[in-house]
Amino acid sequence: MSRPFWSGTITFGLVSVPVNLFPAYRNTRASLRLLGPEGVPLSRRYYSAKTGRDLNDEEMLRGYEIGEDEYVLVTDEELERLQPEKTRDIDVRRFVEHDSIPPIYFERSYFLTPSGNSDKAYRLLANTMEKIGRMGIATFVMRGKEYLVAILAEKGILRAETLRFADELRTPEDIGLPRKVKAPQTKVKEFEKFIKSHSEARPSKTETRDEETGRLVKLARKKLSRKKDVVEVEPEKSAHGKVVDIMDVLKKSIAASR
Amino acid sequence: MAARSIWKAELKLGGTRIPVNLYSAVIDRTVHFNILEEKTKSRVKQHMVDPSTGEEVPSEAIRKGYEVEPGTFVILTDEELESLEPDPSREIEITHFVPSTRIEPEWYERPYYLGPDGNTSAYFALAEALNKQHREGVARWIMRKKEYIGALRAEGDYLLLVTMRHAEEVVSIEDLPTPAGREPDKKELGMATQLVEALAGEFDPSEFKDEYRERLMEFVESKARGKTTRLHALKAKRAPTSLTSALERSLKALKKEKAAA
Repeated sequence: MSRPFWSGTITFGLVSVPVNLFPAYRNTRASLRLLGPEGVPLSRRYYSAKTGRDLNDEEMLRGYEIGEDEYVLVTDEELERLQPEKTRDIDVRRFVEHDSIPPIYFERSYFLTPSGNSDKAYRLLANTMEKIGRMGIATFVMRGKEYLVAILAEKGILRAETLRFADELRTPEDIGLPRKVKAPQTKVKEFEKFIKSHSEARPSKTETRDEETGRLVKLARKKLSRKKDVVEVEPEKSAHGKVVDIMDVLKKSIAASR
Repeated sequence: MAARSIWKAELKLGGTRIPVNLYSAVIDRTVHFNILEEKTKSRVKQHMVDPSTGEEVPSEAIRKGYEVEPGTFVILTDEELESLEPDPSREIEITHFVPSTRIEPEWYERPYYLGPDGNTSAYFALAEALNKQHREGVARWIMRKKEYIGALRAEGDYLLLVTMRHAEEVVSIEDLPTPAGREPDKKELGMATQLVEALAGEFDPSEFKDEYRERLMEFVESKARGKTTRLHALKAKRAPTSLTSALERSLKALKKEKAAA
């Protein structure tokens, strides 16, 4: 089974629920690889601007630019020590009403699956949150970064939505948008009528499809069937390696707790 | 400071057009580092190399390939890639409207504020109509040679356009099995409900700060002033116990807090 993106523990009060975290997205956007003239997949390398020589990880440092060609050096150890307590806890301190977070805050979505022997506590948290229609708010540290997160329960499954911090968002005042002018009510009514006559219960499947990727994949397949511009490399060299279906991973992860 | 508009467009609702400007609603606060060569303390550069030989491949010799199957690439020429690009347009077409709580959070990607660019009264009339109808529009547009889908919402008095992920990308919860295991019993559910309700509150974003980012900036700034900073990690607390006793003890602790307040 594929390894989870992150593992940790949701805590609320003194109750802890160990979980695995997986992204809620498939990687479907067709990314193009850069190839050499013979079709060899290329690698990106760092090199010295002074000597032109390729550099190893040990020959490089991290610097924060404070002026032209002036840097504050920051080491790995310093970064690690600055990191918030190395806890793997998602400490939920507040439960807010479902739908009370404006969409402008939502950044990325993850599924949380039960890990270890946590299925009992996991179900208890999911059932309780679903029953009373609330979601948990917490901050936690994942891969050296601090995240604000909303924990949601749906269909007995917990998910985590990372949220933007307030200082990462602009307000209309920050942007300098003009003050509201009183809109003529006839115009408002006209728009309301248009909205009503063009309403659906949910977003249309066809309207939300990725046609751009579809066109690219179609062209590539057409060329493949004509054996035009096709190069074969050893799969392990392609770096993409085995394509993992996130759905399979999630199903296995949920089943493992049974 | 007023923000700069990143794109000029026209909202199209049937026969009505509203000229708008797009502004990013997000500020990048990530602390960005440069990679330096240790010996010379100068910025490094990047190039593409053939990993088997270590030889640099000049940019004019680089080709682009789509991996149709692991290990099989189909090379696509610049002309072919250009032919796939959508025709440029300034239109943001609103195709239909849905109830404003219908789109689940996992669909939203990046928010943009729209500002009126002439016809200010139509702009505010549309925001008011969306508010009154509790609906958001589903939009399609082409920006900088890329196709987007998004949700047009009222955010207060203003219009907000949030780009959305594509249907193929989002893993639907409907397709996942429900975790099995024993149903929690009444007593456990009752205690957990009490605990969650005791922690109930409003979403107040101003309560939360990215403390790691703040500490990192403070550290970098003090180091720039030539100061050495003592770093220390904070200690974590832990209390693993059985589920029922954890619930009981949590509730007891909360009652004590309330009594003390």
